[in-house]
Amino acid sequence: MSGNKAPSGLSQTAGALLLAPVRLAAMAVDPLLRGWQKLTGFNGMAAFFLVPNMAIFGIFVLLPLVINFIYSLTGGTALFLPDRSYVGFEQYGRLAACGNYLDPNSCTEDQFWKALYNTAIFVVLQVALMTVVALITALVLNREIRGRSFWRAVFFFPVLLSPVVVGLIWRWILQRQGLLNFMLYEVGIDPTEWLTDRFWAFTAAIGVSIWAHLGFYALILLAGLQAIPRDLYEAAEMDGTRPMRMFWRITLPLLGPNLLVVIVLALIRAVQIFDEVYVLTGGGPGTSTLYLTQYIYEIGFASLLRNPGLASAASIIMGAILVVLTLMQLAIARRNERRSGKS
Amino acid sequence: MNRAAAFLLRRRGGRGWHWTDVVTWIWLIGGIVMMFGPAVWLVGSSFKSPAALSEFPPTILPMVTQEVQVPGYDKPLPLYKVTGEDGKTRVLAEVRRIGIIAQMVDPQDPTEKIKVNISIREPKREVHFALDNYVTPLEKNDFLLYLRNSVFVTVMATLITLITNSMAAFALSKYQFTGRSAVMLLIVATLMVPLSVILVPLYSVISAVGLFNSLWGVILPTVATPTGVFMLRQYMLTIPDELVAAARMDKASEWQIYWRIILPLTAPALAVLAIFSVVWRWNDFLWPLIVLSRKEVYTLQVGLNVYAGQLNVQWHYILAMTVVTMIPVVLVFVFLQRFITAGIAGTGLK
Repeated sequence: MSGNKAPSGLSQTAGALLLAPVRLAAMAVDPLLRGWQKLTGFNGMAAFFLVPNMAIFGIFVLLPLVINFIYSLTGGTALFLPDRSYVGFEQYGRLAACGNYLDPNSCTEDQFWKALYNTAIFVVLQVALMTVVALITALVLNREIRGRSFWRAVFFFPVLLSPVVVGLIWRWILQRQGLLNFMLYEVGIDPTEWLTDRFWAFTAAIGVSIWAHLGFYALILLAGLQAIPRDLYEAAEMDGTRPMRMFWRITLPLLGPNLLVVIVLALIRAVQIFDEVYVLTGGGPGTSTLYLTQYIYEIGFASLLRNPGLASAASIIMGAILVVLTLMQLAIARRNERRSGKS
Repeated sequence: MNRAAAFLLRRRGGRGWHWTDVVTWIWLIGGIVMMFGPAVWLVGSSFKSPAALSEFPPTILPMVTQEVQVPGYDKPLPLYKVTGEDGKTRVLAEVRRIGIIAQMVDPQDPTEKIKVNISIREPKREVHFALDNYVTPLEKNDFLLYLRNSVFVTVMATLITLITNSMAAFALSKYQFTGRSAVMLLIVATLMVPLSVILVPLYSVISAVGLFNSLWGVILPTVATPTGVFMLRQYMLTIPDELVAAARMDKASEWQIYWRIILPLTAPALAVLAIFSVVWRWNDFLWPLIVLSRKEVYTLQVGLNVYAGQLNVQWHYILAMTVVTMIPVVLVFVFLQRFITAGIAGTGLK
């Protein structure tokens, strides 16, 4: 990070223009703050600098985080906590009530279980496929190619697009009379209902989300590849090692830590999959692309049978999954640090 | 020919082609098509009229059948190229069609009606950009309002993010006070709390403070980003403390130290955070979808989703507005992409 230069030209002028009123305000408040500083000393100033951020953070992140647990222990449809009745762990019990855990239809909250299973399958397939594709992309970008930064940017482009845009772009291509069916028609294959067939909709959700996020992970892997010392390869070449063997014996082991980071980050994000698929398929057909976040959204806000307590309980279960994954990530990061510290 | 091929395929260091080179180039070329293709197709489609959109097979450029005003007929008539038996082509306008026979007239000489078998004629087409796709939704369907809301949210959220995050980062990097490490721990611990986990309670907090259906309800929960505080603090730690000490000797107030010394020196990190913030806030969807339920406060993303979710999707408008939604992000991509990629490669920021 410290190596970056400030953006030049256009963005700098734009930034200066935007910040002009802020500068004036900053000058105006100085006398006031000097007074405050005289009264409270340095520590008071530290508090002054911290308070705006921490107040917003406390009200809009910490407080909801804490009352989420309380919400999950209450019932009814009222929104505000004081109006809600305490029901203990009833909501969790309802989520867990299943005749047979392998069959979502036997559960009281069948939608929750369907969403859970869909998410699990999605996460495994999406992360596995994306890691492979991102690794190949990073390997390709790490070769001696002309205009590497251009090619890197090519794969990064979809990462910046909004999920709504991603969803709509692909809905337009995959619809019945869309581009994909036309291209298949040209080579003599019958058109397929990509978004209204259960299997193909699920496949499309995986494919589109890989398309949208691949560049981000390829970038991290590329940074890892570039950190591998060149002389290792030169020495191996001198010994007459073949490229495939170099990959298995040098590249993969040394890239290991980065690969783990990529996998865990991708897992954390895949568990929360929502927006692009929601725009693409709306969770359908049926419940075939209904994932956890959409379940929480619908049970908490969108459906007629709104149940905030149930949504809270489900979101806490999702939170628990994410905490486990995050702890894994921290452990990996710490191990990587220790390793690189040794060498 | 052979020498040209040899020249084109020549490689650095005189080495021959290896199968991995072939894979590399297939991957790169395929990458361009896959990554840019869908967006290009979207932009191309966004200029097509509804009739052209429902055509199968679709064309790459927006084509329409040419029409001409012929004296004696109220409506403009579609033009066709008719190939006669003698192999000559004439341009005729169609009056009506009965079965496989079309009644046509010559636009120059509309008195004589010509009967033509429809198998020997094809529509005369021209490229026509349906700019109406852009103008109508912006003027009539509130999209201009959504656009304004999106810009407001993005600009305000980014400004507040930069100010509050940099102030907190300053306190956490240049002051020694009790509880500093506790605050840092809190920030690191919540670095990964996604909004989707606290949707319900956050919604009740927002409603309780009266920010439901208000753009500020979208802005405030997103501005105190732990990521931003963390990133700026790491950067400020690299600024020598002696600078701060020297300024204090010169009787500068703490506030002056913050905005005249620390902030300018943190500019590179602030710029990166600003770019990220703009992209994040512009693209936000789930939270605005929950907080904003009235048309007047929709952002572009929410408005697009609502229009695309209607039973009868008006694709010609949706596609055009999707392009509009994409514009700022494409500008960031073209001009500022390297700062983002450097930021991600350096810190793993998402």
